Amino acid sequence: MSHVIEMLNIRKEFPGIVANDDITLQVEQGEIHAILGENGAGKSTLMSILFGLYHADKGKILVRGKEVHIHSPNDANDLGIGMVHQHFQLVHNFTVTENIILGKEGKFFLDRKGASKKIKALSEKYGLNIDPDMIIEDITVGMQQRVEILKMLYRDAEILIFDEPTAVLTPQEIEDLMQIMRNLVAEGKSVILITHKLNEIKAVADRCTIIRRGQLIGVVDVKSTSASKMASMMVGRPVNFKVDKKPAQVGRVILDLHDLKVLNNKKLVGVKDISLSVKAGEIVGIAGVDGNGQTELIEAITGLRPIEGGTITLDGNDITNADIRKRNEIGIGHIPEDRQKRGLVMSAPLGSNMVIKEYYRPPFSKNGILKQPVIDKHAQDICDAFDVRSGEGILSLAGKLSGGNQQKAIVGREMALEPDLIIAVQPTRGLDVGAIEYIHKRLVEHRDKGKAVLLVSFELDEIFNLSDRIAVMNSGELIDVVETKKTNEEEVGLMMAGVKTKEAAR
Amino acid sequence: MRVKSNAFLIAVSAVILGLIAGGILMLAIGSNPFEGFFYLFRGGLMNMERVGNTIATAITLMLVGLSVAFAFKTGLFNIGAAGQMLVGGLCATLVAHYVFLPRPFYLLVIILCAFAGGALWGVIPGLLKARFNVHEVVATIMMNWIAYWSVYYFVPAYLKGPSLETESKSIAIEQTLRSPWLTKIFGGGYINLGIFFAIAAVFIIKYVLDKTTLGFELKAVGSNRFCAEYAGIRVNRNVIISMMIAGGLAGLAGMTFYTGYSRNIQIGVMPSMGFDGIAVALLGASNPIGVLLSALFFGMLQSGKGFMNAMTDVPPEIADTIIATIIYFTATSVLFSRFWDSLGKRKKKRLDAKREASAKEAGNA
Repeated sequence: MSHVIEMLNIRKEFPGIVANDDITLQVEQGEIHAILGENGAGKSTLMSILFGLYHADKGKILVRGKEVHIHSPNDANDLGIGMVHQHFQLVHNFTVTENIILGKEGKFFLDRKGASKKIKALSEKYGLNIDPDMIIEDITVGMQQRVEILKMLYRDAEILIFDEPTAVLTPQEIEDLMQIMRNLVAEGKSVILITHKLNEIKAVADRCTIIRRGQLIGVVDVKSTSASKMASMMVGRPVNFKVDKKPAQVGRVILDLHDLKVLNNKKLVGVKDISLSVKAGEIVGIAGVDGNGQTELIEAITGLRPIEGGTITLDGNDITNADIRKRNEIGIGHIPEDRQKRGLVMSAPLGSNMVIKEYYRPPFSKNGILKQPVIDKHAQDICDAFDVRSGEGILSLAGKLSGGNQQKAIVGREMALEPDLIIAVQPTRGLDVGAIEYIHKRLVEHRDKGKAVLLVSFELDEIFNLSDRIAVMNSGELIDVVETKKTNEEEVGLMMAGVKTKEAAR
Repeated sequence: MRVKSNAFLIAVSAVILGLIAGGILMLAIGSNPFEGFFYLFRGGLMNMERVGNTIATAITLMLVGLSVAFAFKTGLFNIGAAGQMLVGGLCATLVAHYVFLPRPFYLLVIILCAFAGGALWGVIPGLLKARFNVHEVVATIMMNWIAYWSVYYFVPAYLKGPSLETESKSIAIEQTLRSPWLTKIFGGGYINLGIFFAIAAVFIIKYVLDKTTLGFELKAVGSNRFCAEYAGIRVNRNVIISMMIAGGLAGLAGMTFYTGYSRNIQIGVMPSMGFDGIAVALLGASNPIGVLLSALFFGMLQSGKGFMNAMTDVPPEIADTIIATIIYFTATSVLFSRFWDSLGKRKKKRLDAKREASAKEAGNA
């Protein structure tokens, strides 16, 4: 048993927080070692120390049994450590080859051909399936990630760190990535996988180091440990994966879309004549791979994007041409896809963010003058009710909150409006198990109050867990709407790929 | 509260470092920096008249700074304060020559006209931005030159002086913003009623930004227009309103400059204070009170530099260099906030260590 990497008793402190407290990580040669922890548990800090971006306050690092001091990513590269970042670092109008040799161009003359050949060989060896002469902006996100992997291999990395690699991938691409990881270890490389998704760990990892709040909880053998056991170790309490919900008590139609047609950013048809209705007391989930018109559809319903044709009716009111505020007032709550861009003003205090849709009307203001005490009370109530944790309460800037707390704040704000319809787009993206469980529970509660919920998610688990009916989108078309009870993941997966199934019951 | 004190520390650090840099520069050209600074500050503050002139300079800077800061809050860069000053000043000059009313009504009319002139010059770039997405920096610079050449035409055509073609005829002293009792207190000089208007503007703007729904919307649009749009705030409308008010404030600055500080308007001169206002807003961290303080400080440098030049061999450009250096240090303010943070942390660490030690001692005892 030889450890290729050992990080012993690592401690790292940031102002006001101990990110890593006496953490030890031992990675064996040729294994896929997962690091599991909630957001903010200290996974990324630990890896940044290994990669030379931070320096540990205490502890030491051994690579192949020898103590090393890593001061920069260059030092890490020299030791054969490569990192595939969450956000790719690629030049978009360069070819794959050019991106890979960037910084390693060699002498004065570029040997593109030689490099291209080497890259091709590497790509074949590990099953990456990349054409070295393609331009980055022409290839898919999944392929871009593989270019990042190639970049590491080209630099002779022996230890590859993957930081939340599946966050941006489609289910099929995730499957491919898993296979690539297996190929890598088969060829003698070692892989460190940082994630908070248990099913991925179950699928590929050999061992798993679990950390919680900066502390090492344990190292487990993945095959002999159940997912729920790992989840409870990560969160610190038992976790319920299944959402408890009663049968839907369906009422009147709340949202009614008729032949809706919307253009996308490229001025092409993004949503093709979709008709769909959502009733009170039900959750309708829109399943589909990212980029199949979901964003355009939601933006059209919420008023953020003009439509080309069709009508939108909300609780009997024609809102086809209503402005955003009018729609909000009639009763649309919207948990947006991008919480940092749309959901919150990061540089404003939490208190202001909690009334950003209501500040202009009583009781929050009168004659154009804000009533700060009322606003503060309302914000505090939301934070209490939705367990939003922050350093300085409602005075904290929204940007200082963790992702989970930001999302809980948004969910809280939208629920507090008590809208007839809540549109939740990827409501749990990037959140840890505890927060996901919480938000799911709240959405079901909203449905049980007799309101409508329209859910968009790229994760089939989430769709199946929450939805009463599932609407499947592919290239801007609504393939079909099926009842969750009468379908299965396989059927929905086929429809996501554009295959229409006649037998699916409406 | 904490954020504010932080901005204050940053501003003070920038000022001190700027002054030190200026001192080094004086040394480098062979002058005595202590002497230089002595006369620079003396020139701004040595007697009531000088203080009055410092304030008179600060009035205009304050209003321009407020204009820039207000636009900043909505995420807009108003680089057109110079043009808005010219138009506001031209309107005020016309009123001063042709409108005769009892003093309170007269003041009201001149303020409204100057504000309206500046607001017009601000709202046009605002409309262009909202309607056609023309960047406000480009549009406001264009507007500066339109104002510049309009003055070139208007002054000889309607406000021709008896002797000089290049400037308007002087405004009768009773029609300016100067006031006998103020002039008497400060023993002459350029001090005028503008100081009250400027201070009032500071507090009105502060109130609008902090306490009103309009301020809430403007700040939301400025900090994250996507979120504002999502929340149902009309982004374009706020861009237009913000530029209109910013222009109006610069128009008022023009009024205090052309019918208070000076008594005529020259052709072929773009008022440099229109750009100095950007520095005032930066140093003041776009906070109205910060703008008030930084305008007073810059006003002192501006009005003291002539005296420094007269009494020593330090050229007045040194004062401008100090201002530029201060802006440079303000712009790199991230470094200061890090410095103060680390200082705070070290202090806390030391306290913690001390506490730990004393706890240990107590334990041993």
